[in-house]
Amino acid sequence: MTDRSWLPLLRRYGSVVVLALVVVVASVAFDTFATFDNFRNIAIQSSFPAIVALGMTFVIISGGIDLSVGSVFALGGVVAAYGSRWGTVPALGLSLGIAGVFGLINGLLIARTRLAPFIVTLATLLAGRGLLLSITEEGSHTYLVPRDSFFTLLGQGSIFGIGFPVWLTLFLFAVAGIVLHHTGFGQCTFAVGGSEEAANLMGLPVVRTKIGVYLLSGLLAGLAGALNAARLSSGVTILGVGLELDAISAVVIGGTLLAGGSGHATGTLAGVLLLGVIQNSINQIGTLNSSYQAVISGLFLVVVITVQTALGERRTR
Amino acid sequence: MADAQRVDRARILAWLQDYGVYIAVGALLLVNALITPNFFSVANIQTQAVQVAPVVIVALGMALVIGTEGVDLSVGSSMALAAAVLPLYLGYGAGVAIAVALAAGAGAGLVNGALVAFVGIQPILATLALLVGGRGLALVVADGQLKQIENPALLSLGAEDIAGIPILVAFALVLTLGVAFLVKKTTFGRHLVAVGDNRVASQLAGLPVGRVLVGVYVLSGLFAALAGVLASARLTASDPSSIGNLIELSAITSVVVGGTPLSGGSIRVVGTVMGALLMQLLRATLIKHDLPDSAGQMTQAVIIVLAVYLTRERAT
Repeated sequence: MTDRSWLPLLRRYGSVVVLALVVVVASVAFDTFATFDNFRNIAIQSSFPAIVALGMTFVIISGGIDLSVGSVFALGGVVAAYGSRWGTVPALGLSLGIAGVFGLINGLLIARTRLAPFIVTLATLLAGRGLLLSITEEGSHTYLVPRDSFFTLLGQGSIFGIGFPVWLTLFLFAVAGIVLHHTGFGQCTFAVGGSEEAANLMGLPVVRTKIGVYLLSGLLAGLAGALNAARLSSGVTILGVGLELDAISAVVIGGTLLAGGSGHATGTLAGVLLLGVIQNSINQIGTLNSSYQAVISGLFLVVVITVQTALGERRTR
Repeated sequence: MADAQRVDRARILAWLQDYGVYIAVGALLLVNALITPNFFSVANIQTQAVQVAPVVIVALGMALVIGTEGVDLSVGSSMALAAAVLPLYLGYGAGVAIAVALAAGAGAGLVNGALVAFVGIQPILATLALLVGGRGLALVVADGQLKQIENPALLSLGAEDIAGIPILVAFALVLTLGVAFLVKKTTFGRHLVAVGDNRVASQLAGLPVGRVLVGVYVLSGLFAALAGVLASARLTASDPSSIGNLIELSAITSVVVGGTPLSGGSIRVVGTVMGALLMQLLRATLIKHDLPDSAGQMTQAVIIVLAVYLTRERAT
């Protein structure tokens, strides 16, 4: 029995191990990979999907899924750029406000009417894109962030040479880890994902928990969009398409089960970084075009979920 | 008294679920007959039908998958794969090229089906991998390039019509009949619905669950590939980078709006076609009256939620 005890550990921290392996291999293979500048690039590029994937981690642990994050990310960026003319607080307030409304609508529809999360968030994906188009003159108008404003600093500033979004991402993951494992909300999220019926019978606030996770996912997606707009100095309307799929991939690669009830934030961070490092390594090769990145990501996803499914089955036997 | 009211309410909901999409399509047609000039001209009807045909073909495959309580996110990538291999084999004739393109789609479906049926991966994840990887593979195969199609036999599929019915539309019509027959009259169809209704019970009853699941995903891949071939013929180009982008969302929407529950065990073939038609008519109506695309997307969102809400009531 005890000789099998490493299996759950591998399932849990497999993504961290694979990330370490890929980094070592890439460092040996490419001269320009293991440099401070390159690591800094990977970190800043991964920070925005990481924030989105963090919200997705909560949703997936609760047994749901949130397809609307890509739309909310883009929408958050556009309204943040729009609001930035009045200062940083209106910029962040507007984007978090709208993102929060989307999260709340998702949560209310899913928790109260018990509609399938997949379909509800598919509808809000469309609604979010529609709203985005309608406030940007059908996508033809790009709102710019005023130069030298404090808001741009949120995306472009750095502390100790590392971009501010990276620090914020690390902080959010640390907080999320504590919330997941050491608060009532976190424990309820696991319980609801494990068995909604059991959670209900135990008298846990199932509806409130579900609304909470979708609200959180919306808010984080909006925040990531706002930070990205600050970094780019504009609210680019075409961003975020397919972001929900990247986020789901990262969460699953990180060892969170799509069935719900099990998962952790550290794995998600490793999953996002893994996808970022793979993309970066392919760019290092130079002769390979970016299509290979998609092929490798897809293959990688198949291998990870196959191994996970196999390990998961063994555990339950 | 209260009981009778509840029965009435349930009956109305069930009726709406069955016929709501027909009423909506009928209402939209009526509105257009009154307010849109030339809406019922032959040219416009042909245009609308040709535009909706690829979505209908993909949605028919999707309906089969959703009938087994699954979902196929990879249909757009299967279209791209088919479009990418098409020009490579046109040298051997249009027939060979189309056969290879369809085989590529069936192969993609085989991978999905095997992952779902034999590895036991959730459909949304298994097909997500192919959604990500499939388009990448298509771009690698095509070297990232858009290629013009000049083969006259292939081009005729997208441009010509038989007795006023464009060939593309004829394909969609024939496939609709074929799928309806498959679901209602064949053993495979019966098994499919049983597996969607209760997979464990089907297994215990000795039904070939694995084979049914693989078959369903292969059909979905095959249909998507066919849509890819036809759409490329219509475009007169193979464009793997943009063909079928986000079509999985349109297809799922059509199926759900058509009254097929996501929980499996029931398939509405004609409803699916009507669902696709409803979305197309909605878009066309808005465009003809210079209303922005954004309004269309928001209306679609409301229709989806409404449709699923009605389906849910029946399930409980």
